[in-house]
Amino acid sequence: MNAVELPPPVETEEVNYLTCECGVKQWLLTTDHKRIGILFLYTILVFFTLAAVAAALMRIELLTPKGDLLLSADYNKLFTMHGVLMVWFFLIPSIPSVLGNFLVPLMIGARDLAFPKLNLLSWYLFVIGGALAMDAIIRGGVDTGWTFYAPYSTTYSNSHVIEMAAGIFVAGFGSILTGLNFIITIHKMRAPGLTWFRLPLFIWSMYSTSLILVLATPVLAMTLALMAIERIWGVGIFNPALGGDPVLFQHLFWFYSHPAVYIMILPGMGVASEVIPCFSRKAIFGYEFVAFSSVAIAVLGFLVWGHHMFVSGMSPYAGTVFSLMSFLVAVPSAIKVFNWTMTLHRGSISFSTPMLYVLGFIGLFTIGGLTGVFLACLAADVHLHDTYFVIAHFHYIMVGGMVTTFMAGLHYWWPKIVGRMYPEKLGQLSAVILFVGFNLTFFPMFILGGLGMPRRYHAYPPEFQIYHVLSTAGASILGIGYLLPVIYLLWSLKFGKKAPPNPWGATGLEWKTPSPPPKHNFHRTPIVHEPAYNFPPLDAS
Amino acid sequence: MNQGKHILSARSCVAVWIGLMAGFVLTLLLSRTHWGGYYTAAALAIAALQGLAVMAYYMHARVSSRLTWLFAASGIYWLAILFILGLADYLSRGWLK
Amino acid sequence: MNEPPAKVQFDNLEQQHDASRLGMWLFLATEFLFFGVLFMAFAVHHLLHPQAFASAVKQTNLLCGSINAALLLTSGLTMALGVTAIQNGRSRACVNWVSLTLILGLVFLAVKGAEYAGDISKGLVPGRHFAMNGEPAAQIFFWLYWLMTGLHAIHLIVGIVMLAAIAWMTKQGRFSARYATPVELAGIYWGFVDLIWIFLYPLLYLIGRVK
Repeated sequence: MNAVELPPPVETEEVNYLTCECGVKQWLLTTDHKRIGILFLYTILVFFTLAAVAAALMRIELLTPKGDLLLSADYNKLFTMHGVLMVWFFLIPSIPSVLGNFLVPLMIGARDLAFPKLNLLSWYLFVIGGALAMDAIIRGGVDTGWTFYAPYSTTYSNSHVIEMAAGIFVAGFGSILTGLNFIITIHKMRAPGLTWFRLPLFIWSMYSTSLILVLATPVLAMTLALMAIERIWGVGIFNPALGGDPVLFQHLFWFYSHPAVYIMILPGMGVASEVIPCFSRKAIFGYEFVAFSSVAIAVLGFLVWGHHMFVSGMSPYAGTVFSLMSFLVAVPSAIKVFNWTMTLHRGSISFSTPMLYVLGFIGLFTIGGLTGVFLACLAADVHLHDTYFVIAHFHYIMVGGMVTTFMAGLHYWWPKIVGRMYPEKLGQLSAVILFVGFNLTFFPMFILGGLGMPRRYHAYPPEFQIYHVLSTAGASILGIGYLLPVIYLLWSLKFGKKAPPNPWGATGLEWKTPSPPPKHNFHRTPIVHEPAYNFPPLDAS
Repeated sequence: MNQGKHILSARSCVAVWIGLMAGFVLTLLLSRTHWGGYYTAAALAIAALQGLAVMAYYMHARVSSRLTWLFAASGIYWLAILFILGLADYLSRGWLK
Repeated sequence: MNEPPAKVQFDNLEQQHDASRLGMWLFLATEFLFFGVLFMAFAVHHLLHPQAFASAVKQTNLLCGSINAALLLTSGLTMALGVTAIQNGRSRACVNWVSLTLILGLVFLAVKGAEYAGDISKGLVPGRHFAMNGEPAAQIFFWLYWLMTGLHAIHLIVGIVMLAAIAWMTKQGRFSARYATPVELAGIYWGFVDLIWIFLYPLLYLIGRVK
C-alpha cells in the first residue's frame, strides 16, 4: 500500500513511543497500544517460562517407565499447570495481545485503538487473572487438567480449583475487551482509501480471532462460574447424583474451548500471510480466499465442538453431525495452505529468519491439521481418544503452528518494535533448531498414541520407553531453540544495528513510519491507493 | 451528528410500550389455558417478538447503522448455535433403542 | 453547552459516537452469550426433568414477577423518552425521564427483595432446608432461579448507578443535542436489562402453571 504525503523518514534521533515519557508510572498507566503490546510481551514470557519448566519436569519424569521423580498427584498438578498457563496465559494472548496490539492500528493507519483505556484495563485484568492462577499453583496447584471436567472438578478434587477458575475468569474478560477493541477499531478507524479488500491479511485474521474472543469467552466465563458455584454449594447442575448432567459441562466448555483452538491458530495464519508475500516478493495468491477462509474458520469453528466428546456418552446422532462438521472445517484451512504454496511458486524467495519459521510452520500445520481429520473420524477417535496421538496432534497446531509463527512475527516486526536489527545468522540457526527439536519431541508421540499410550500418566509399560526418550531428547533441543532467541533478541536491544523504517522492503502501512514509530504512529494520516502486497512485478523468465 | 433520522419520536416509543404491555398480558392470560407444552412455545415466541421490539426501539437499533443489526444478529446467531447443536444431543439421545 | 473535542484517536465526534455505540452493542452481544449459558442449562434441565420443573415453577411468586415485568417494560419506555428528549436538546425533560427510569428500577429491586424474602421463608433456597426435597431436580430449578434473577439484579444495579451518573451529568449541562453519546449508551444498556427479564418472566413464573 502506497501512502502519499508522508515526509521522508528522518534519520536523526527522533522522539518515538519508547523514548518519550519513560518513567515507570508512564509505562504502567500508558494507553499507547504499542506500549501495552510490550507490557503483554513481558507478561506472557513469564508465563511461558513457568509453563515450559512444568513441561521440562514432565519430560524428565517420562524418561523412565517407572514413576520415580514425581508422585502421580504431583504429575497431575504439573500437566494442569502446563495446560492452563500455556493455553490461557500464553497462547491466547500471544499473537493477538502482543503483535495484534502493536500492529492493528499501525496497519490500518490509525493513531490508536478505539478504546485505549479498555486496552490498558485488559492488560490489568490479564495480570490479576495470572496472579490468581499463580497463587493457586503456589498454594498447592490444581489436578483437574486444563479442562476442569465435572464432576471431578466440582465434587471430588481436593485442590485449588476455584481460585484457578477465578484467575481464568478474570483474564477472560481481558481477552473479551481486546477482541472488542480490535473489531470496533477495524470497522471504524481504517485510513482513507483502505477498503476491506486492501487490508493486510493479518488484519483479517485478527478480526476473525476477535470474533471468537468476543463470542466464545463469555460462555467459558459463565461455565467456570457455574463450576465454582457447584463446588462451593453443591448445586447439582453438573452432578448426576443430584439429577444434573456432567455432559452439559463438556458441551459448554468445548463451545468455548474448541473455537479457542482457532484463537490459537488464526493469528499465526495471519503472520504467515504477511511474511510469505514479503519474502517471495509476490502478492499473495487468491487474496479473497485467504481473507474469507479466516472468517470461515471462525464461524465453522463454532459448529464442531462435539468432536471432543465422541466417547462421553453424547448421542451418536449428534456425534455424526459434529464429525461431518469437523471434516468441513478442514476445507478453509487447506485453502490457506494451498494459497501460501502458490504464493511461493515462482516467487523470488529469500530464506530470512521469519521466512524460515513460516516455512516450518506450513509443514507442521499441515501435519497437525491432517491428523485432526483422523481424530474427527468417529471410529478412529474411539481408539485414539485420550492417547498421545491427541497430544501430538494439538501440539503440532499449538506449538508447530502458533509458537512458530509467534517467533516468525516477533522477528519480522522486531525492527519495527524496538528499532534494532537482530543477528540474522543466529536467527536462522534458531529457526532450524526449533524445527528439528519440535519434530523430535512430538513426532514419536503420534506413534505412542497409535500404540495406545494414554495421556496424563507418569508411569508406563517399558516397551514405550524408546519413544519417550526420543521425545525428551527433542524437548531439550527445543529448549535451546527457545533460549537462543531470548539471548540474542535481548542483546540486539543495545547492540543491534539501527533499523531503517522498512528493512525488508515490505508493503503495508506499518513500514511507512519510522522504526520505532512515533507516539501517535504517523506524522500525517496516510492515504491508501493500492491493494495489499503490491510488489513490483518479478522478471518472468 | 444527531440528525432527525437518528431520533425516535415520543409517539413511537409509547406505541411500542403499548405493544409490549399487550404481549405481557397475553403471556399471562395464555398461562390459564390447557395448552401444555405448546404454551412454552407460544410464550417464548411472544417474548422473542417483545425482545425484537425492545432491541429495535428502546435499544435504538432501528435508527442505527446496519452494522448495529449485524452485531446484534451475531450475538443471537451464536446463541442459536449453542442451543441447536447442544440440544441436538439431548433430543436425539432417546432415539437409540 | 460546549461539545467536548473528539478523543485523539478519532478524527471527529461522529466517528467517536459510532465507535462507542458499536462497542456497546458488541459488549451486549457478549452478554447474550454470558446469560445464554444459564438459559442453556435451564433448557437442558427442563428437557430432562419436565415434571420437577413444572411443580417448581408453581412455587415462585407470580404476583411479584408480573409487577416487575410491568415495571421494567415501563422503565424501558421512560428511558427511551429520556434519550429522545436529550436528542431534541431538552435536557430538563431528559433529567426527569432518566430519574423516573431510575426510580422504576429501584422499585423493581424493592419488589424483588420482598419476593426473595418470601422465597426464603417458604424454604425455596436449595440446600438442607429446601422445601421440595421430594424432587431433587426442583432444586436445580431453584438454583437457576436464584442465579438468573441474581445476575439480572446485578446488571440492574449497575444500570441504576449508570443512570444516576447520567442524570447528574445531564443536570450539569454536559450533554446536548450535538453530544449525547453517554445517554444513548445508557439507554441501550437499559434496554438489554429489560430484554433479559422479558425472557426470564415466562420461564421462571409461568410455563409450569399451564394445565
